[in-house]
Amino acid sequence: MSTTAPISRASMWPRIVLYAVLIVFAALFLMPLYVMLTTSFKTLAEIQQGNMLALPEQWTLTPWLEAWGSACIGLDCDGISGYFFNSIKIVIPAVVISALFGAFNGYVLTKWRFRGHKIVFGLILFGCFIPFQIILLPMARVLGVLHIANTTTGLVLVHIVYGIGFTTLFFRNYYETFPNELIRAAMLDGAGFFTIFFRILLPASGPIIVVTVIWQFTNVWNDFLFGVSFTSGENAPVTVALNNLVNSSTGVKAYNVNMAAAMFAAVPTLVVYVLAGKYFVRGLMSGSVKG
Amino acid sequence: MSHSSSKREMSARARWQAWLPKLVLAPSLALVLFFVYGFILWTSYISFSASDMLPNYTWVGTHQWSRLWGSWTWGIALHNIWVFSLLYIVSCTLLGLLLAILLDQRIRAEGLLRTIYLYPMALSFIVTGTAWQWFLNPGLGLEKTMHELGWTSFSFDWLINADMAIYTVVIAAVWQATGFVMAMFLAGLRGIDGEMIKAAQIDGAPVWKIYLRIIIPQLRPVFLSAVVVLAHLAIKSFDLIVAMTGGGPGNATTVPATFMYSYAFSRNEMGIAAASAVFMLAVIAALIVPYLYSELRGPRS
Repeated sequence: MSTTAPISRASMWPRIVLYAVLIVFAALFLMPLYVMLTTSFKTLAEIQQGNMLALPEQWTLTPWLEAWGSACIGLDCDGISGYFFNSIKIVIPAVVISALFGAFNGYVLTKWRFRGHKIVFGLILFGCFIPFQIILLPMARVLGVLHIANTTTGLVLVHIVYGIGFTTLFFRNYYETFPNELIRAAMLDGAGFFTIFFRILLPASGPIIVVTVIWQFTNVWNDFLFGVSFTSGENAPVTVALNNLVNSSTGVKAYNVNMAAAMFAAVPTLVVYVLAGKYFVRGLMSGSVKG
Repeated sequence: MSHSSSKREMSARARWQAWLPKLVLAPSLALVLFFVYGFILWTSYISFSASDMLPNYTWVGTHQWSRLWGSWTWGIALHNIWVFSLLYIVSCTLLGLLLAILLDQRIRAEGLLRTIYLYPMALSFIVTGTAWQWFLNPGLGLEKTMHELGWTSFSFDWLINADMAIYTVVIAAVWQATGFVMAMFLAGLRGIDGEMIKAAQIDGAPVWKIYLRIIIPQLRPVFLSAVVVLAHLAIKSFDLIVAMTGGGPGNATTVPATFMYSYAFSRNEMGIAAASAVFMLAVIAALIVPYLYSELRGPRS
């Protein structure tokens, strides 16, 4: 809803105030990112002088290189790069597989309904809202039994299992609005379960695939709880490495290196968000508001 | 002869087609039953057992629960999560609503502003915590900057002040989630029926009155969703606290999630950790189950 007032000189002032307020908020939201970025390009000497709002007097790339390749995390001084690749190794299979599960589940739960389909959906859905503390202890044991404790494979399994709820929710809500007539017509033509899915639904699933992939990518990339609980040392994902770098470094704190490392951890999700933010918002809406 | 065999073939195919969907759904259901519900049962049992460093299935009744409730740290954790959740939910909802209303006035650069308000949501809490820890650092951050800029009496040491540290976490958390709430309200505003608003405008009602009397009441479902989502995020909050304060200074910013983690993995008190996790689950279930029930039962078939 928008108010439709004719623009006159008297109504100019409220508009100016409105824009001023919006811009102040935008500045507040951008401030931490700005400070992170400028700090990461400053020398330590310049940081110690104060004024974190100022642009670097002497731009330097050293903190970025150090964060990537030579900062000490725990006992290893190889920077954050290895952990960054751990996260990539985790995020790709976890996203693809959980999205596949979600697509098939959503398809069955909307187009091949059976008695009790709502209960099954409810059971799956509740899984995405549990506080994960409730599964940490048994999961640690099960990963041990499966011999995938402290591996990225173990984390992939964890992320698939606890990602199914959201991916199922997204695909179910999307397929719910897909016309049943098309499905029925295809069935009369003799098309089976998989033919209908791959020929009719999947080609029309572009938007929801984008939403699901963005959602899962963000969640898995940003995960910290599972990473810190089930991995350690060189198998940790980037978020855990970042926290170790920032919060357990001894001696002089290299704030510029910390900020550069934080930027490395932030860039993948920021890029995804800026490139596909429209779908991200739409996905959040269809997922959370409409249940 | 051939007719009946093709009939038999048909019915075999039909049976297969009838089972196939269930077969496709079965692995997911099995995973969820084991990894969600099985694990909930296991952890619940552990909370009544003598487990410490390793699981010990000896039943000890409510022993671990009374130890949990007798714990001074747990009391702090509960107090903190209550303060944190309340401030977080109220601030995000009000700020989110305000931004949505302001953005809904035919703003020129709406897309750009929306992107700016929302981007923190894409960041990891660890990144947010790292950034804000630096930003609010009393030695070199905001305080020093204000001094440099000439405001020498400016003082902001909340991050290392045991009484105030929890509020710094609130600030960072609100910064991160407000854009998300704004997006929810914006979607709600765009879905409102314009008829009543037009009628009120024709009657000459002032804009603020139209918002207060007509528009905001219509956003009730969005308020409900926002509060449920935020409360659920608040109770689960762990990463941000670890990254910003590490639960400190001392244990001033301990919350149930950090309490559970430290009892499970560093203090080797599995029984107490399990009890605290079950408590967290119970609170979230009390919040989420009625919400999910009403959403699923709703008019959409």
